[in-house]
Amino acid sequence: MIDWLRFIRPGDWAVLAGAAMLVSASWSLITSAGPAQKALVRANGRLVAELPLTAKRVVEVAGPLGVTRIEVDAGRARVASDPGPRQYCVKQGWLTIPDAMAICAPNQVSLTLVGRSSRYDTVNY
Amino acid sequence: MTRSTTELVATAEDRRIARYAAAAIVLTVAETAIPSPLPGVKPGLANIVTLVVLARHGWVDAAWVTLLRVVASSLLLGQFLAPGFFLSLAGAVASLAALALVARLPARWFGPVGMSVIAAFAHVAGQMSLARVWLVPHDGMFLLTPVFATAALVFGAVNGLAAARLLADDDSGDKALERARRNLEAASRGA
Repeated sequence: MIDWLRFIRPGDWAVLAGAAMLVSASWSLITSAGPAQKALVRANGRLVAELPLTAKRVVEVAGPLGVTRIEVDAGRARVASDPGPRQYCVKQGWLTIPDAMAICAPNQVSLTLVGRSSRYDTVNY
Repeated sequence: MTRSTTELVATAEDRRIARYAAAAIVLTVAETAIPSPLPGVKPGLANIVTLVVLARHGWVDAAWVTLLRVVASSLLLGQFLAPGFFLSLAGAVASLAALALVARLPARWFGPVGMSVIAAFAHVAGQMSLARVWLVPHDGMFLLTPVFATAALVFGAVNGLAAARLLADDDSGDKALERARRNLEAASRGA
């Protein structure tokens, strides 16, 4: 059995401690936006629903191609169905982190999660 | 055919650097077999060789070995001049620059472990700077910082320990040599 600790010199411990502090600081910075709290549903660029992520709920939004169904659950939301041809927004599945976004471009519907603060002023597409 | 008028002579130093570089290349190529959850997160075992060379032969040799390893392993892996190659190069240059500075720190206080962790962080910083400027021109890339920083801390420490373990053998080797020399001297005096 090798005594690995004897290879670590006093300054090395300081470096390790500093590095560990950097690592934990970087994690807490990233997660500082907190959990997602609300789901914003937009149709044709206008906000049509602002749903708290606390209870199960289904919202239907009409677009040029038909109806997009948005499903909200505790702490998450998704596009449950959409009439678009490629289904990208549906395939994204459940969104859980703040600023996550599912865009159903053909039907002009988007679903965005927001936390306590947003990292973006605006998102365009 | 005309005989070449220039002759390339490989010095003992060249051979030594080539041997170390070969070891580093083997480690780099072998490590590609380890699955990684995220491109760029890998142990960087070849840096053990860099640290050992730095301690045994100094920074210039370490820089040669590292840069040779980056170029040669990228050729072997078919990555030469691909984005991954430039990311490795940026990381290697940044960590060599960091090592140039920390190699001046007193050896009593700072060993391979501290150097390895500092070099690992410099490596990640160099790599992410290049990626941000060139490959992912969006600040969203910095969301990966905690992942890379964690990897740098863990793998930097592990590689440093491995290098320290290898260098510890050097020390005992030196001591054994010293003892043998003293015995020889004592024997010749006695004769």
